[in-house]
Amino acid sequence: MAVCVAVIAKENYPLYIRSTPTENELKFHYMVHTSLDVVDEKISAMGKALVDQRELYLGLLYPTEDYKVYGYVTNSKVKFVMVVDSSNTALRDNEIRSMFRKLHNSYTDVMCNPFYNPGDRIQSRAFDNMVTSMMIQVC
Amino acid sequence: MEAAAAGGGCGSGPPPLLLSEGEQQCYSELFARCAGAAGGGPGPGAPEASRVAPGTVTAAAGPVADLFRASQLPAETLHQITELCGAKRVGYFGPTQFYVALKLIAAAQSGLPVRIESIKCELPLPRFMMSKNDGEIRFGNPAELHGTKVQIPYLTTEKNSFKRMDDEDKQQETQSPTMSPLASPPSSPPHYQRVPLSHGYSKLRSSAEQMHPAPYEARQPLVQPEGSSSGGPGTKPLRHQTSLIRSFSVERELQDNSSYLDEPWRITEEQREYYVNQFRSLQPDPSSFISGSVAKNFFTKSKLSIPELSYIWELSDADCDGALTLPEFCAAFHLIVARKNGYPLPEGLPPTLQPEYLQAAFPKPKWDCQLFDSYSESLPANQQPRDLNRMEKTSVKDTADLPVPTQDVTGDDKQVLKSTVNEALPKDVSEDPATPKDSNSLKARPRSRSYSSTSIEEAMKRGEDPPTPPPRPQKTHSRASSLDLNKVFQPSVPATKSGLLPPPPALPPRPCPSQSEQVLEAELPPQLSRAPSQAAESSPSKKDVPYSQPPSKPIRRKFRPENQATENQEPSTVGSGPASAATVKPHPTVQKQSSKQKKAIQTAIRKNKEANAVLARLNSELQQQLKEVHQERIALENQLEQLRPVTVL
Repeated sequence: MAVCVAVIAKENYPLYIRSTPTENELKFHYMVHTSLDVVDEKISAMGKALVDQRELYLGLLYPTEDYKVYGYVTNSKVKFVMVVDSSNTALRDNEIRSMFRKLHNSYTDVMCNPFYNPGDRIQSRAFDNMVTSMMIQVC
Repeated sequence: MEAAAAGGGCGSGPPPLLLSEGEQQCYSELFARCAGAAGGGPGPGAPEASRVAPGTVTAAAGPVADLFRASQLPAETLHQITELCGAKRVGYFGPTQFYVALKLIAAAQSGLPVRIESIKCELPLPRFMMSKNDGEIRFGNPAELHGTKVQIPYLTTEKNSFKRMDDEDKQQETQSPTMSPLASPPSSPPHYQRVPLSHGYSKLRSSAEQMHPAPYEARQPLVQPEGSSSGGPGTKPLRHQTSLIRSFSVERELQDNSSYLDEPWRITEEQREYYVNQFRSLQPDPSSFISGSVAKNFFTKSKLSIPELSYIWELSDADCDGALTLPEFCAAFHLIVARKNGYPLPEGLPPTLQPEYLQAAFPKPKWDCQLFDSYSESLPANQQPRDLNRMEKTSVKDTADLPVPTQDVTGDDKQVLKSTVNEALPKDVSEDPATPKDSNSLKARPRSRSYSSTSIEEAMKRGEDPPTPPPRPQKTHSRASSLDLNKVFQPSVPATKSGLLPPPPALPPRPCPSQSEQVLEAELPPQLSRAPSQAAESSPSKKDVPYSQPPSKPIRRKFRPENQATENQEPSTVGSGPASAATVKPHPTVQKQSSKQKKAIQTAIRKNKEANAVLARLNSELQQQLKEVHQERIALENQLEQLRPVTVL
């Protein structure tokens, strides 16, 4: 169950960021921001030659004592960052992957909307609903 | 009571409820009201949506939805509640679902999250406020608005809350100055009336609205002062809706009063016609898509805000492919119209706007079939030579991508072709006698398309576009024709039509000498660039420029058989262009074509000879230059050798 979900544009500004506990939102924003460095590190570590084979799912970016941060990059350098509660030990890697896949699909649907200008904040209700479902799902 | 019985029976989703005494009483009363409004009794029957299982007591979707809305919870929460209570799954509000929903409403109102767990604890009773929602106020009916202001806010005991709704409903329905007597209903039995015109927001809404006038009339005896308005509820929805429609004139002038009879999300035949016409204006092929950008430009004209348009797109583009098919387009258009009329957008696509529903409800329009019929008839009946078939098929693909102007051209082609086809038929030296005239005319139509595909380049190059039949077919044939076919002299149109040997490619340029010249001129510059490179000096290069014209033609002849005629014709047409054009254009007869063919070949021969002569001259000059350059080089080398021994020292 994600505690915070963020979509970061290629230029590293947020297109969409939402967290469940409405208090401490700033803390999550900060965590997402710092995770961007890790994401960049992982991308560059692969090297330019491997850009085609680079996997989209980056895995655990870094753990803190309360939370774990997972990352996912699309081919257009749009990053999805998800913060998960560490106490949720039931969450396996596969589930995180599937959550990212759902995010990616919803993001593609948002892109397909001709009224959406890439680079705008994501205001699609379908996307919101999908993220809500991810955040409140009871594990 | 019912909860216990129904808990085992109807619902299969939510867990069994434990209701307190007060809760039970309240809920059962509410349920009875909602169910009563539906016509009462088990199995509401035909008027109710068919998804109601027979034999169960259900609450009509209408009153239930209104009741939920009265709870003043946000629409999202209400949807969550309906989902959780299982009504969506089973499709109707049975007692279990209803009770669970009420419990969830209470939970939500107490601030608890909407979950099954939250209803297991003790909760206060749900509160239902009946203040007018925005959607209802927007009707623009002054009497109605007046009625809302007269509303007396009640305390939130369960019975009183419903009496409040009664007040408002009664005041709504009368619309008359006699509101004061209605304002004192505490003694009257609670009468839950569906607020008219609060349509379309709930997904649970069914066509039950049609039958609501009936139960209202049935319940009239229960309510004393409303006897006069027994016909009111039934006719009021119609009246309101018609006034609503008239008051909000859409910029696209949709004024179908009957369309909003049952639901605002239902598309009527008239609206459908309009949408289809608009679709056609954007995209002639009704079975294909409107691309995202085209649709965006079109819908932006409606002057709705971008976020709203974005949301409408999200709702209507069911497969999220960035393009709109005809049903998707109709749904989107309908939503825009509704929004402009003041209806707030629904949370989800209403069932009557789903693409499958729209496709099933309305048959495919007839106008799209004509073209495709011609294709289907012509292709199987096609007995043409292979090249024609190939051209047809490629042209079919091409025409799908063609811009509209070329289709206009093909339209002209079609007409002219048909006439020339008919006139040239008797002269047909057909090797395909079996083809009937109908199939011929039909074949002419697709063939005209093929002409357009090949003639696009010519049309663009030429600028002017005389769609004379003879050149067109010859053009297409020439593209695929071998030299053998060039020798065959056939009437152009019937030849193509019946799939005969195509007429020689020399004919086309004759009617359009200027065009061929332009064609040549277009090709000259690349040739010119080559020529100066050949020349050693700059001065000879200038001479080469005119000489480069002849060399270009033979080269081009290899790669561009269709321009062969243009090349051949160029010298002749330059000289006698206008005259020949004038003579050629109106004479598509066999004999003249054959004679012109011969002339063309003769001129071509002459031209080639001239070209040869010129080339020979050029060759000799270049050879001379080469010699001179050689001599210079030798001289320079001598000088170098003379100087070298000096430096070596």
